[in-house]
Amino acid sequence: MSSPASTPSRRGGKRGRGSNPPTPQDARSPPSQKRRADDSTSTGDLQPMPTSPPADVQSPGAPDALFSSPPQFRHSAIPLDFDISSPLTYGTPSSRVEGTPRSGVRGTPVRQRPDLGSVRKARQVDLHSDGVAEDITTEQSLGQKLVIWGTDVNVASCKEKFQRFLQRFIDPVAKEDEDIGLDLNEPRYMQRLEEINMVGEPFLNVNCDHLRSFDENLYRQLICYPQEVIPTFDMAANEIFFDRYPDSILEHQIQVRPYNALKTRNMRNLNPEDIDQLITISGMVIRSSQLIPEMQEAFFKCQVCAFTARVEIDRGRIAEPSVCKNCNTMHSMALIHNRSMFSDKQMIKLQESPEDMPAGQTPHTVALFAHNDLVDKVQPGDRVNVTGIYRAVPIRMNPRVSNVRSVYKTHIDVIHYRKTDSKRLHGVDEEMERKMFTEERVQLLRELSKKPDIYERLCSALAPSIYEHEDIKKGILLQLFGGSRKDFTHTGRGNFRAEINILLCGDPGTSKSQLLQYVYNLVPRGQYTSGGGSSAVGLTAYVMKDPETRQLVLQTGALVLSDNGICCIDEFDKMNESTRSVLHEVMEQQTLSIAKAGIICQLNARTSILAAANPIESQWNPKKTTIENIQLPHTLLSRFDLIFLMLDPRDEAYDRRLARHLVSLYYHSEEKMEEEYMDMAVLRDYIAYARSYINPRLSEEASQALIEAYVDMRKIGSGRGMVSAYPRQLESLIRLAEAHAKVRFSEKVENVDVEEAKRLHREALKQSATDPRTGIVDISILTTGMSATARKRKEELAQALRRLIQSKGKTPALKYQQLFDDLRAQSETAITKEMFEEALRALADDDFLTVTGKTVRLL
Amino acid sequence: MPCVADWLNNPFSIVQGIFAQNVQNSDWEKKVTEYFKEKLKENNATNWVPSLNDVPVHYLKPNSLVKFRCMVQDMFDPEFYMGVYETVDPNTKARVLHFGKYRDVAECGPQQEIDLNSSQTVTSERQTFYCVPVPAESVLVLNPRFYAYISVSQARVSPSTSYTPSRHKRSYEEDEDMDLHPSKQKEQHMGNCHCSGGDIHGCVEPKRLETEASAGHHLISPNCSPPLDLNFPLPGEKGPACLVKVYESWDSFKVNDVLEVYGILSVDPVLSIVNNEEREGSALDPMECMDTAEEQRVHSPPASLVPRIHVILAQKLQHINPLLPACLNEEESKTFVSNFMSELSSVRAELLGFLTHALLGDSLAAEYLILHLISTVYARRDVLPLGKFAVNLSGCPRNSIFTEHIYRIIQQLVPASYRLQMTIENMNHSRFIPHKDYTANRLVSGVLQLASNTSLVVDETQLEQGQLDTTGVHNVTALGNLITWQKVDYDFNYHQMEFPCNINVLITSEGRSLLPSDCQVHLQPQIIPPNMEEYMTSLLTAVLPSVLNKFRIYLSLLRLLDYSISEEVTKAVEEDFVEMRKNDPESITADDLHKTLLVARFLSLSAGQTTLSRERWLRAKQLEALRKARLQQQKCVNGNEL
Repeated sequence: MSSPASTPSRRGGKRGRGSNPPTPQDARSPPSQKRRADDSTSTGDLQPMPTSPPADVQSPGAPDALFSSPPQFRHSAIPLDFDISSPLTYGTPSSRVEGTPRSGVRGTPVRQRPDLGSVRKARQVDLHSDGVAEDITTEQSLGQKLVIWGTDVNVASCKEKFQRFLQRFIDPVAKEDEDIGLDLNEPRYMQRLEEINMVGEPFLNVNCDHLRSFDENLYRQLICYPQEVIPTFDMAANEIFFDRYPDSILEHQIQVRPYNALKTRNMRNLNPEDIDQLITISGMVIRSSQLIPEMQEAFFKCQVCAFTARVEIDRGRIAEPSVCKNCNTMHSMALIHNRSMFSDKQMIKLQESPEDMPAGQTPHTVALFAHNDLVDKVQPGDRVNVTGIYRAVPIRMNPRVSNVRSVYKTHIDVIHYRKTDSKRLHGVDEEMERKMFTEERVQLLRELSKKPDIYERLCSALAPSIYEHEDIKKGILLQLFGGSRKDFTHTGRGNFRAEINILLCGDPGTSKSQLLQYVYNLVPRGQYTSGGGSSAVGLTAYVMKDPETRQLVLQTGALVLSDNGICCIDEFDKMNESTRSVLHEVMEQQTLSIAKAGIICQLNARTSILAAANPIESQWNPKKTTIENIQLPHTLLSRFDLIFLMLDPRDEAYDRRLARHLVSLYYHSEEKMEEEYMDMAVLRDYIAYARSYINPRLSEEASQALIEAYVDMRKIGSGRGMVSAYPRQLESLIRLAEAHAKVRFSEKVENVDVEEAKRLHREALKQSATDPRTGIVDISILTTGMSATARKRKEELAQALRRLIQSKGKTPALKYQQLFDDLRAQSETAITKEMFEEALRALADDDFLTVTGKTVRLL
Repeated sequence: MPCVADWLNNPFSIVQGIFAQNVQNSDWEKKVTEYFKEKLKENNATNWVPSLNDVPVHYLKPNSLVKFRCMVQDMFDPEFYMGVYETVDPNTKARVLHFGKYRDVAECGPQQEIDLNSSQTVTSERQTFYCVPVPAESVLVLNPRFYAYISVSQARVSPSTSYTPSRHKRSYEEDEDMDLHPSKQKEQHMGNCHCSGGDIHGCVEPKRLETEASAGHHLISPNCSPPLDLNFPLPGEKGPACLVKVYESWDSFKVNDVLEVYGILSVDPVLSIVNNEEREGSALDPMECMDTAEEQRVHSPPASLVPRIHVILAQKLQHINPLLPACLNEEESKTFVSNFMSELSSVRAELLGFLTHALLGDSLAAEYLILHLISTVYARRDVLPLGKFAVNLSGCPRNSIFTEHIYRIIQQLVPASYRLQMTIENMNHSRFIPHKDYTANRLVSGVLQLASNTSLVVDETQLEQGQLDTTGVHNVTALGNLITWQKVDYDFNYHQMEFPCNINVLITSEGRSLLPSDCQVHLQPQIIPPNMEEYMTSLLTAVLPSVLNKFRIYLSLLRLLDYSISEEVTKAVEEDFVEMRKNDPESITADDLHKTLLVARFLSLSAGQTTLSRERWLRAKQLEALRKARLQQQKCVNGNEL
């Protein structure tokens, strides 16, 4: 309860609005007092109770003017004692009813809203005397000109409008993500109220965006005067609720929690004008304090005569009564802790999220105060959207020093939290992360997507400093867009992988690392690791002691962190075996199973992998297959959709273009660079937009084309008695085609997409799956690690060896070296030791012989 | 019309005057900055403003105009303050308007109190930067008398007989006697590592530090027991850290920018008192527990130790070399540049000779060293920094004082330089990467938080066998990233953030360095002096200070020149490349072309030419060929040895 301490008396000044009437304390407008006169007759039993605390303590004579105008109530024909829920008496602690049947508006205790702060010295002002323009258009003639002092809010009309909003609002552009189980054609918030009735959680979250589309003016009032308007909303919601469900029993009255205020999103944009307004900012929690019990009301008991007294907090202090009112003993009052009222409070530090930060600056932080049930809702590290009221408090005056520090302390009283990444670990979708795009930006992107050469354009915008390698860039581009996510959970197959994995291999110094760096810098959730420098633990997850809580926590590694992003792994070949094995699961199932230190779980790791590998012999050996060159297990290789070779082309025209390109790098001025940089931003937005808004599906003809393509691929191999394509290749093709459709912002995958997917796939195959001995594209190099011809040759050799041994007659044992020499002498092709050993092993597998040391025994 | 002393010593009276005249309209703020801008433009006015870099804080008058040359180390949250406030006399009800800009404390007379509810109050916003003196500034920049002398004489180069280092800064002599006793230094360094765990370069002279710090210490209240860490990037740095309050266009400043600020010095002891009061009160008042004690300590340190400067004018500096005019675009400085250009070639020849001697007679290495020293990142193409030229000087004798002397020579030539001794201990125990301390809410600095164009000399000859621990590996990786991408990933605990930098890295090593580099030059000493110490010292003393100054101007100036390549030469380069590839496709790659183009660029610039000529291109190729041949030869030698 920070704000009550500060707000009432000090706020006029810091509003920054020049037009504020003089300070609230002394100016008291007569009309409102008159109102009050007939108020007190109508409010019945509850009236004498103390109203908003600071108001009382400060000016005991005038708890008046805090009620809304009675004429309104007469109009709406609601029982008169309803006034308890008047917005301005709202938050009175003493209004809680102990025990008693709790139903209906009266029975349900009101709970304080420390988040709103105490109701300030709000009084209603008759506009006739004030002269402020008012644009309320209610038909009610009485009371409509009455506004809360200092604002243009008329409680009656505001309440009525909000009730109308609750009753009528139907979201025209409903999104599924938060409305699970809601009927989109019925008034949305009425269903919410029904939910409250059933669940019993008395909080009504209201999307400000909805309110804005419903009533612009009401929205503006909410943003500008949240402290006055929200209690009015509470009142309105409660009226409707208890009207509908009179028997409902709630813990306390419903509190309205607006969220998604559009005005401010970024911490950096906060300025003095936002003070006391409703704001929504996003950021990351970096620190949260312990729970602070804050005394709301102190309970004193006289030690002499047992007379009790309650004292409410005033600006963070309790005024201890020095004299007992009953027996007039001095200093006899003692505080009884057990009977005092406390509320929970927590201080939280929120730091600007890294995406919002301009380059080269350090992040800003802002303090948040969470109250009651919002305490402990967020943990350090959480990304949240916070809606709350921005406060500025002058640093406390010191009575002994006349000079005051001229700086204010600022904080936000939290009204609503919304975790932005809460769903990341649970699946569903990146719906929550939808980036906000301005209208113009969307327009620009849409226009771009209409260009016939958009694919080429984007491709050339990708890493312009890296020369040529068009197809590789195209592949990476498609990877950035990704396929459509499909869910087959209900048929038991689980998620299909939508991410495209790419492996680049080739000579050192062909700017592979640079490409990786570029991609890592481009995507919002990219991770960059290097094979040599990463362990299985670093990639997956590890358990560590949290510095904040000193508890064991699961820290996620690069693969989990790049969920929905791209994980760039450099020097893939240098990675050790155990680390690489982790990737098997990630690259196909897109999950990561962890069982360590008592934590067993499965994390999502829907990440695309962009890996780069150097050949074993440091230079690519064109006489060897891909597998032989990079020495990676084929099980892993087959999980890459595209495998590209980045070789240094030996070609004069290429050299010439390359030279020109490089030279231009060395004298182009800074401005031209800037232009390029702009492109990177556009590219980033383009990808983000396509990723979150475009979900292409296969059209009929496209699926036919895909089938044909697959059948063709199978056919190629079957002619030579080998399999040249597996279902995995078909899936790759589908993903590539979908990604290409996304590039065009098309909701349908068409023939062009399939064509490009086929072409790219073929290109990659041609590069990586060509059997160097025969020159034929052979997919089995990637799927089994050996080309069909090689396998055939191996078998032949084994047979030859068997014949040789058999020809030697019945010798139980043979000398190893002898046998090798014999075989070499017999064969017309060169036989290496490896080949010989392989043949021996093959025969051993057939239980024909065993090898022990230097002798070969027949069985 | 107020006289000079007025706007220097009592700038508030000026501001008050302007404020009083323009109470009604809000543009008094603009008028204030304009007034001071005008004043500072007047001839040499900037030299009369005392500099916080040279004069200890306690000699400066509070609330006077000062200047400060500094690097932005951290940025704190923006703060809201009372831009205009009203005081009221409780007896007479007389109301007076005041301005709160440029002040920490809202002042009012003894009989007045501040009306916090006044409708006249204007809330404004300002930004606080935590600034430290430019790390690793060399004696040339630090020496105040020298600085003043040079700038008064219109930065004209003249024999500087007045070049006597002042005592309270790290001076040449001091360095020298450090260097004379390397063993002593080592001891000290070990000691530092043990007690603080963070000191790398043992050039802290404990006594001196103590005397300097004690000036601030007796003012700190006793309950503030542990000494405040002023958060300098490099160990052993001295000088005042400052909280610089910026009032306009703070968005344009970035972390690690070098600024020169003119502003009002505020060392009001009230700031510290308010602080203590708050701390006492915090137990009672939940309002105050917003910040941890640690955070308060860091964000509002005692004003005597960390003074505040309320900025009136701030400008980013292109360079910190006092021998050069601050801004090269002005008319006067153009004549300066053209004058210097005329003697450029002779200066270059002399510098080459000097460096050749320093590198024991190896002219090729000297040539590359010049290229290295004038290199700077001039642009970034997506992730690729262009213009960085990290040189690995291999073949340095192990465990000898040679590398130390090389550093001393570089230190004499460039405005900011730092020698990083790459020992296992240093790598394991020091923090290279700045990281965010969330309890104190500040960016804790690391060795790699350096201003642009700082020369970082990494001494790998110090490396012994041993094991790097996690920190060590992180540090080496960070160093590698710095060299390759010219960026440092600052550690924000929950995420990392990339800060681009522009640091010239020179690695001295015995064999090939384990760190990446753009170009490796193998040293081939022509002369082996019997006494290295003597040889180097005499070399330095033999150079006239005036000549040394010319070298300094030369190196700083050439960095700032523009450069282009004509269409014609582009064609020629193209042809050349194609030809080279044809002859030897295995060994000539795009990377080689990159390197040769870089060498050509700096070669042209080092001769003062802003376009590439055919001759320079050939010369660059020739240099590269020589360098490669040497490496090849070295490989053979090593091969034979093995």
